[in-house]
Amino acid sequence: MHITLSINGKDHELDLDPRTSVLDALRDHLDLIGTKKGCDHGQCGACTVLVNGRRINSCLTLAVMHEGDAITTIEGLGTPEALSPLQAAFVAHDGFQCGYCTPGQICSATGMLEEMRAGWPSHVSEDLLAAPDLSDAEISERMSGNLCRCSAYTNIVAAITEVAEARDEAV
Amino acid sequence: MNKHSTIPAPVMHQDLRHDSGHKHVSGRAEYIDDMVEPVGTLHAYLALSDRAHAEIVAIDFEAVRTAPGVFGILTADDIPGENDVSPSHKHDEPIFAVGKVHFWGQPIFAVIGETREAARRAARLARITWRDLPAALDVDAARAAGGTLVTEPLTLRRGDVEAGLEAAPRRIKGRIAIGGQDHFYLEGQIAFAIPGEDEDVIIHSSTQHPSEVQLMVAHVLGISQHAVTVNVRRMGGGFGGKETQGNLFAAVAALAAKRWNRPVKIRPDRDDDMQATGKRHDFVVDYDVGYDDDGRIQAVDAVYAARCGFSSDLSGPVTDRALFHADNAYWYPAVKVRSEPLYTNTVSNTAFRGFGGPQGMMAAERWIEDIAYGLGKDPLDIRKANFYGTDDRNVTPYHQTVTDNIIGRLVDELETSSDYQARRKAVLAFNTMGGVLRKGIALTPVKFGISFTATWYNQAGALVHVYRDGSIHLSHGGTEMGQGLYIKVAQVLADAFGVGLEAIKIMATTTGKVPNTSATAASSGSDLNGMAAYDAARQIKARLAAHAARIYEVAEADVAWVPGGIMAGRQFVAFSELVASAYLSRVQLSAAGFYKTPDIHWDRANGRGRPFYYFAYGASVSEVTIDTLTGEYTVDRVDILHDVGRSLNPVIDLGQIEGGFIQGMGWLTTEELVWDARGQLRTHAPSTYKIPLASDVPPIFNVRLAEWSQNREMTIGRSKAVGEPPLMLAMSVVEALSMAVASEADYRVAPRLDTPVTPERVLMGIKRMRTERPA
Ligand code: FES
Ligand code: FES
Repeated sequence: MHITLSINGKDHELDLDPRTSVLDALRDHLDLIGTKKGCDHGQCGACTVLVNGRRINSCLTLAVMHEGDAITTIEGLGTPEALSPLQAAFVAHDGFQCGYCTPGQICSATGMLEEMRAGWPSHVSEDLLAAPDLSDAEISERMSGNLCRCSAYTNIVAAITEVAEARDEAV
Repeated sequence: MNKHSTIPAPVMHQDLRHDSGHKHVSGRAEYIDDMVEPVGTLHAYLALSDRAHAEIVAIDFEAVRTAPGVFGILTADDIPGENDVSPSHKHDEPIFAVGKVHFWGQPIFAVIGETREAARRAARLARITWRDLPAALDVDAARAAGGTLVTEPLTLRRGDVEAGLEAAPRRIKGRIAIGGQDHFYLEGQIAFAIPGEDEDVIIHSSTQHPSEVQLMVAHVLGISQHAVTVNVRRMGGGFGGKETQGNLFAAVAALAAKRWNRPVKIRPDRDDDMQATGKRHDFVVDYDVGYDDDGRIQAVDAVYAARCGFSSDLSGPVTDRALFHADNAYWYPAVKVRSEPLYTNTVSNTAFRGFGGPQGMMAAERWIEDIAYGLGKDPLDIRKANFYGTDDRNVTPYHQTVTDNIIGRLVDELETSSDYQARRKAVLAFNTMGGVLRKGIALTPVKFGISFTATWYNQAGALVHVYRDGSIHLSHGGTEMGQGLYIKVAQVLADAFGVGLEAIKIMATTTGKVPNTSATAASSGSDLNGMAAYDAARQIKARLAAHAARIYEVAEADVAWVPGGIMAGRQFVAFSELVASAYLSRVQLSAAGFYKTPDIHWDRANGRGRPFYYFAYGASVSEVTIDTLTGEYTVDRVDILHDVGRSLNPVIDLGQIEGGFIQGMGWLTTEELVWDARGQLRTHAPSTYKIPLASDVPPIFNVRLAEWSQNREMTIGRSKAVGEPPLMLAMSVVEALSMAVASEADYRVAPRLDTPVTPERVLMGIKRMRTERPA
């Protein structure tokens, strides 16, 4: 099938088997290898990307479903020379060990902070209508779809908290 | 390097982030599956057995061969050398099963396809005629079937155990079953082989042990080791699961690459990876312990039986290490511990962070707990009563004297800083209210022996080149899997030369640069490779100092190394300037460094020696709350005090401790491996196999280094190994859960929970407390 995917602000023309996942399209057809495959079953979060700003497991969605959507991958968030605030915070807090889960963690955190900003409650929110607070419990709960086998969780949560607080102050 | 750069500050013992950090966060760090595939790359996929134990009567490959996109099939008949990747060299681990399969998930053949998808689909199409054989899946079944062992068992013995048990005023017998664990490295197994001229082949392998992959591939291809080059830039996690388990994948990729003269990649699906590769050994430990009225142990007699799977792999050294840690931090006046490494029709179990040590200690903590409940005391009092002494009561079951014992100080400090006594009182008071929720708190120690028990493994090499511009190229035999080895060794080298870290380029590990290396395992990575790099620097520095003495006309003794360069008498010469002039004077600016751990020896036949260079210590306090109606629980607070000697890099070490604890907590609480009656692993994906999540990290998690500690031995910077020991800190979670459960019977019945302590096990424990509770 011939499709056009908009990735990191750029259109890509692709001829794909309709069964190709977004993850495989990125990795195997576009050489965007920053997005990782941990399980290919929607269970680990390593493949998280943003679709129109919302986080999604790219192994669980077909590329052909996303014509017209704006897909953002880890490569689109920043470069080693110009890191996004979350990327920089992950470096500053050593929010990784082996690094394999890291692109997924950062894409997920990017989308998650928007969800919090929009006031979405989580499983641990006391008050479903109030703006969620930036507690470790809230952030950990909202990041629990992203496995880190190295268990760098403490530093991951610290990095996200730092960015969230800086953003809150800016608002 | 800019010779006008400022004087570099020392970097050893400093908080430095992982060297690849900026690449990790931007998705630019390259793993093997990310490498550009050359045109013509083929993909291999393994066909796995769906029987636990069966004869292969016939295989019909017709449907495989004619499937779309199939390029070829590899079977045992296509192997020019040996069909074996056994790291113990017992020839018991075929790449492809011949005649018989020994476990569900055993590779039978591989399909080579134009695409991975084509190979993967075709691998399922063979029609195999089986004749089923009886399968022994666990320790009990293996014993019932005659108790075949995969390797020589070990006995450690000191003192007269029989007399000690007879004479002891009190005695307790029991059994604990300790579960296994899947590594779940986030990057699965993978290998990518590229054929070269003649017999040459280059393999990119996600392995902790490139030299062994090299040797195995050479055996399998029937060629010399020199034709095989193995490269590892980084792994997406290893945890022991890539110490030997990468061998088979590398061998299959290499076989196909040489056979068809095309690059070949192999990467199993997660589910296949979990079924076809080994895990942490599960153990059943039966014990008989004598003690006195104060809870002091008189004698310990224990048998450690392990489910080893179908082959020896590393089961010998793993079960040995379990025995080496059957004492944890406790002195036994008389002891006899035996291992029973059993053949079972399951995947061959392998190395996993701690390497048998955690299972050894878990059993020790169990008899401590039994004694405490037998006497109605706080288990911490029993622990303290049995700690190794410093001047006496200090000989281990393997006759090594413990000379660096700091467990007493560590535990005292943690007891105070965590406010253990007051919190324990509060927990007891909470539980007397008799509500649905119950709490528990426990403090457990860790003493972990550092060194490979296979003494010859305790060697390492490094290759250091200094270029004309003063920049430095660093290679060593260690591999990076997230533990921060690369940055630590670079720190050592930077300080050795007095240069900044930016002067050093950390090279990917390759067998072509440093030969005959050991696995990056046994927590030994920075101890061994740091020293080897230091040795290389020492040689180059000696030549540079001699050169400086010559051209600046001072005595060699008057040449001193200072940050940024040397002092030749009273004159400062910048490093880059020195190097440039040394090159023109034809001074060799490259050196191969080497290190072997001194003073260690081990006589396995007699169970005596000094297998460990030193011990690393730690302690933790965990507090939990259980729900007695559902068995569910939370870990509310954890305090850790851990000994890494003088830390080479505190921020990296803290990450290792936190990560190790959480991974250990997963092993002991939520990670449950379930095989069905036919021998199929049912927990082969994260949907059913539960590793800890961000939300499982205790809300209060205080982790500190014992900053006063220094290694008594001459290790690099007086640091201590950190990879494995923290995993065992998680034992305090089990002990705390036990206490919460035991509250149901007024702490008068030992709760004896098997691990992992899942909510189901908590609930069963509570039920047992209610039935066995004394009137
Ligand atoms: S690879 Fe998509 S969730 Fe694991
Ligand atoms: S850093 Fe290794 S899995 Fe997260």
